[in-house]
Amino acid sequence: MKIPDLTELALRNLRESLLRNSLTTIGISVGVASLVAMLSLGIGLQQLASRRLVKAGLFDTVLVTSRRDLRNMGRDEERNGPAPGESRILDEPSRLEIEHLPNVVEAYPDIRFITELRYQDNPHMSMVSALPPSAKSNDAFDGMPGRFFSSDTAPEVILQKAFAAELLGKTPKPGTDDVTAAGLAPPLLGKKLTMRYAQRETTPDSPSKLNGSASQANSQSTVAGAAYSVVSREQELTIAGISDLDPESMRGPTRAKVFLPLKLAESLHIMQPADLREISHAATDQPVYSSISVRVSSPKHVQPVEDAVKKMGFNTFSILDATRSLRQFFEVLDLFLGIFGSLALAVASIGIVNTLVMAILERRREIGIMKAIGASDGDVKNLFFAEAGAMGILGGIVGVALGWAIGKAINLGTNVYLKRQSLPPEHFWAVPWWLVAFAIGFAFLVSLVSGLYPAARAARLDPVQALRYE
Amino acid sequence: MTVATRNSPQNGAIRTQDLRRHYRMGETLIRAVDGISLEVRAGEFVALLGTSGSGKSSVLNLIAGLDRPTSGNVVVQDRNLALLSREELAKYRLHVVGMVFQSFNLIASMSLAENVELPLRFAEVNRDKREGLVREALERVGLRARMNHRPSELSGGEQQRAALARALINRPQLLLADEPTGNLDSHTGTEIMELVREFNQQLGMTVVMVTHERALAERYAERMIFLADGRLVDDLHNNDLQNNDRSDNDRLSDHRPNVPAGISMPEGQI
Repeated sequence: MKIPDLTELALRNLRESLLRNSLTTIGISVGVASLVAMLSLGIGLQQLASRRLVKAGLFDTVLVTSRRDLRNMGRDEERNGPAPGESRILDEPSRLEIEHLPNVVEAYPDIRFITELRYQDNPHMSMVSALPPSAKSNDAFDGMPGRFFSSDTAPEVILQKAFAAELLGKTPKPGTDDVTAAGLAPPLLGKKLTMRYAQRETTPDSPSKLNGSASQANSQSTVAGAAYSVVSREQELTIAGISDLDPESMRGPTRAKVFLPLKLAESLHIMQPADLREISHAATDQPVYSSISVRVSSPKHVQPVEDAVKKMGFNTFSILDATRSLRQFFEVLDLFLGIFGSLALAVASIGIVNTLVMAILERRREIGIMKAIGASDGDVKNLFFAEAGAMGILGGIVGVALGWAIGKAINLGTNVYLKRQSLPPEHFWAVPWWLVAFAIGFAFLVSLVSGLYPAARAARLDPVQALRYE
Repeated sequence: MTVATRNSPQNGAIRTQDLRRHYRMGETLIRAVDGISLEVRAGEFVALLGTSGSGKSSVLNLIAGLDRPTSGNVVVQDRNLALLSREELAKYRLHVVGMVFQSFNLIASMSLAENVELPLRFAEVNRDKREGLVREALERVGLRARMNHRPSELSGGEQQRAALARALINRPQLLLADEPTGNLDSHTGTEIMELVREFNQQLGMTVVMVTHERALAERYAERMIFLADGRLVDDLHNNDLQNNDRSDNDRLSDHRPNVPAGISMPEGQI
């Protein structure tokens, strides 16, 4: 029998015992709804977490460090390749080389140093870090009190709120989050800070051979005679903004609380810890970086860029590495939610088997008639399959709608609660198109599997006996 | 396809050889069909007569390909049904055989038109052709006006006519009728039998009809085959009947009802 005929006959048969088939279909709907509800919760939570990370600009960033950086010793991936002492130095030529890799938007040095900042004659120590102009779009600076740097060389500074609180003498109790940037901003914005720092100054008589192509840092010939002096300097900075969020959340213990424009920081030739380690190679104006942040055009290019940079002989780290375990967690969560959601569908599938077995008993004679007038085993089997499949698809469609509605309702309820707690509303719930298609397809599949036994049983019926049956 | 080519003697014939159908009911072995050999020519109208339990319906089911013989052969149009697969048997039932039953066996949830259309669906006939064929078949049995009614809304005679239209729809060469008038009054029964005769004479269909009404068989069939206890006990042609004298007829009419069910009669006694 052709598929349109099968469908037509199946639907007419379903209409014949409307109540029973409707109840079975509702059973499937509830199963699908629970599956959709569970999975969309898992997906929604995962999307929420990823959205946060993407907004923070972390998914498209690769952090490059030299293998010489002993800080990373002991991590598995760095045991391959050259020994730390022989590997390349992260200097300006390397930075340019990385910047010219495909899909790299920018590669800027991480300038970070611990120094003293004076505010109203009180000294405060902090980790200071430089930000490229592109950081303006970072979530951390979006809508903060004050503004981003007016230019890349402006003598301005953005403070993280913890440091701002420190300047004002308000130390928040650990664990509480009652200090907001908005509250700290008014007394600080536009005020001056004095930063005291150590400037690295090339000794005038040192041989300045490292120009052009000769500047390959691995060259051993430049070791002798390298020398520079360290001079204490001061720089006055205007407080431009106070940030609530931490733009450097992936940095861990070395994160900074004070931010400078990148070009300004570079022009100051500030002495950094790496300078000491690389003293034999970098005693020139060519700076050596402890690390370089590489921004790639999209998160999917992170892995290839990481691989390319690793091939160049550097260590890399990206949030993708860090979120691998997070993604694993969500995969397990989705699996569990899916299993629980499927349980209801499994119960519903037993309903299908029951309904169809009942239908065989009821339609025994009808099956006999169909066989007597020429229906093959396959026709009878397919007819029962089609009935099971139709119930599956119908149940799937209704179930998806139901699951979506449940999701909406829960999302609404949660957001009302969040609002009462004066928290911004969030989307915990996501029903992507693939989930809709998957749920309906899955319901269809489960129904077909449920139809296997009844269909085979109907096909096996002996027509002579079936016709005798009244 | 024309009637003439379809029903040439070679391919229209039914031949059974030592046909047996035994089955078990608990401890007892029932010999429903016990060694029947017969031949039916293409275009012939044959009545299978016998009491209930004589095996006439079993023989019909074997010829219809609804059942398989325990041993022996049924050959229809050079097909040995015993050797066909389930799939091939279904195709045979669909294209070669049209069946009507005592209880009409229409599907109650379908209209007459849908019932008649059903074999066309199984035969995968195109949708646009089907409507015309259904109309034509219902026209032939005089039910065109009632095609959208459900079987329950019709009289027994009308239902049986619809069943005949359904049996006709795939233009089979063989019409197998199992007590087609058994549930009808004599007047309606005659109407149905006239239709069956029409199919036989105008369409050239070979007809095998199971009945226990001898009068009906005498009136319509060219040949009567008597069964008792699964065995063939007599095979009479209508011209024999017509040429027979009165006493012969009496003898025939006498012996049939006198055979008690379940007791086999030695063939020599007939």
